[in-house]
Amino acid sequence: MSYNEIERQWTTRLRRRLVKVLPPEKALPDTQPAYVASWIYVFGVTTMCALAVVILSGCVLALRGPQWWHGSPEGHFFNSLHLWSVEIFFFAMVVHLWGKYFMAAWRGGRSLTWVTGAVTFLVSIVAAFTGYLSQTNFDSQWISTQAKDGINATGGGAYFNVLNFGQMLMWHIVLLPIAAVLLTGIHVLLVRKKGVVPPFEDKVKAPA
Amino acid sequence: MSLFAFFAALFPLNTLGHYIHWHIIQISVANLVVIILMIIVFVAALLLPFPGHRRRNNQ
Amino acid sequence: MSKKKFRPDVDAKEWTGAERPYDIIKEGTIVFIVVAILTVVLAVVFGSPDVPAITIKKWANAAPADFAMDALSQLNGTSETSGYGPPYNDAAPGQQLGPLHLVKWVGVRIPINPVRDFVIDPLKSAPQQPALSSALSAWSAASATKQTTWVANYTKAATNLKVVNGSIVVAAANDGPVPVMMQSLLAMGRSGALDEALGNERGFYSTNYTLPLLFLEDGTYLANQAQNQHLLGPQWGMMNETGNYPGQAWLWLYTFWYQVSPMNSSSNGDIEVWGIMMLLTIGLILVPFIPGVRTIPRKTRIYRIIWREHYRSLSP
Repeated sequence: MSYNEIERQWTTRLRRRLVKVLPPEKALPDTQPAYVASWIYVFGVTTMCALAVVILSGCVLALRGPQWWHGSPEGHFFNSLHLWSVEIFFFAMVVHLWGKYFMAAWRGGRSLTWVTGAVTFLVSIVAAFTGYLSQTNFDSQWISTQAKDGINATGGGAYFNVLNFGQMLMWHIVLLPIAAVLLTGIHVLLVRKKGVVPPFEDKVKAPA
Repeated sequence: MSLFAFFAALFPLNTLGHYIHWHIIQISVANLVVIILMIIVFVAALLLPFPGHRRRNNQ
Repeated sequence: MSKKKFRPDVDAKEWTGAERPYDIIKEGTIVFIVVAILTVVLAVVFGSPDVPAITIKKWANAAPADFAMDALSQLNGTSETSGYGPPYNDAAPGQQLGPLHLVKWVGVRIPINPVRDFVIDPLKSAPQQPALSSALSAWSAASATKQTTWVANYTKAATNLKVVNGSIVVAAANDGPVPVMMQSLLAMGRSGALDEALGNERGFYSTNYTLPLLFLEDGTYLANQAQNQHLLGPQWGMMNETGNYPGQAWLWLYTFWYQVSPMNSSSNGDIEVWGIMMLLTIGLILVPFIPGVRTIPRKTRIYRIIWREHYRSLSP
């Protein structure tokens, strides 16, 4: 196989492009700028870790099916883990959003990082909503029968039927987690690629 | 007895909720606690010194 | 060549200053352990809510008069589902937002005929007894006008409908087979057979609860339970969870619009609120591109607290 032939391969070209866009030392850095020195910076990783606990507890619930937790103390415990990890997830994500807003973290070509973060927030809301619909209890009955009016009014209810438990469950455990994880991944890779936004260039007063 | 019986909730929040009415706003105490906690945590995150700052200041 | 003007709310110079060691994997691992422990503690201390689902059987036994009135509203076309419009039927045009008539353009995609789906088909699925068989035969043999007359007469007679020892009691009227149909449906409801009939109407393995949920919602029992749990719209219920648990605080702005005029009394309230929220959502996504909104961080100077060490290190 000639050298030119190897260079033209899709694999070679993809690998070179990936390494060029995000070299390993940027993907997994061992230093960070000195200005990253505030507790506000931990809320991004906290959100991601909460998402991991959400997914892990959800996987355990999936092992025994959507009705398991009603009649089993073990199942109810894992349902509780799932609920509280979701609460921590949203808690951390909103604090992270507030922090990033007041840092104007979109500066310096980082708009897409903000955009992917905002879209992930919205996808998470839909994921949580379908989760409430998947509980198979009174809460699911009430939320579905009320939410249908809002969604029906947009025309979307004809295709996204919140009264259809099977459909909502599959959105909740397949489509929306995939979307959330993909978007989170892109968001994090953008932060690694662009680096953490530097401080505003303020005029600094000389001490009196 | 199931091991997980030990993990049954110590203080389940199953009693009817408490709500605060303020003009047109009605909010559950639970939600208000969460929102207030978020604000406290945000402010604390801004103000609390980050570990290693003394080391950096001494360098 | 002119130099592009530096916009402090949009641009940022690449950092060429000091770096310090950072163990990203260690940080992630520690945070994961902390979050996992916090989750376990919250789960052990507070658990999670699980208010059991209301079956049609429970409803029909707890509030049989409400069940009967719901069934009657399906027959006489006054139920919410009967007059809903798309995606269920053409009884109403559906909501619109200015020139946007989205729901009408999409049309009827989940066709529901309340008389057939909530009354006739479930009754046909019941083990046939002579009185019910005869009633169903009389109903299907009658003209539409005759059926309407029977139902209208029954509706008038049912003004003071009561259920005594499982039997529906209404004044006598020229209402044909309707009393037998209503009584049989109540019996199906109270036995649990209607849960099965509505749940499985569209197949053995149905996981689609559209029919039983719409039938349940058309009564008042479900909403009464929701009111007790502070879940109704005017109670800001969209944000709430059953019991004392925290709910969905992030829906505060969505439910807020339902509380204010004109949305709180508009027949197009849902699409109006959606329209507002879609605009605000697009606004949130596009913050980096909105002058004014993207200037607030620099003007409020909260960043001075976040980066105080950095600014201190710069001072002469």
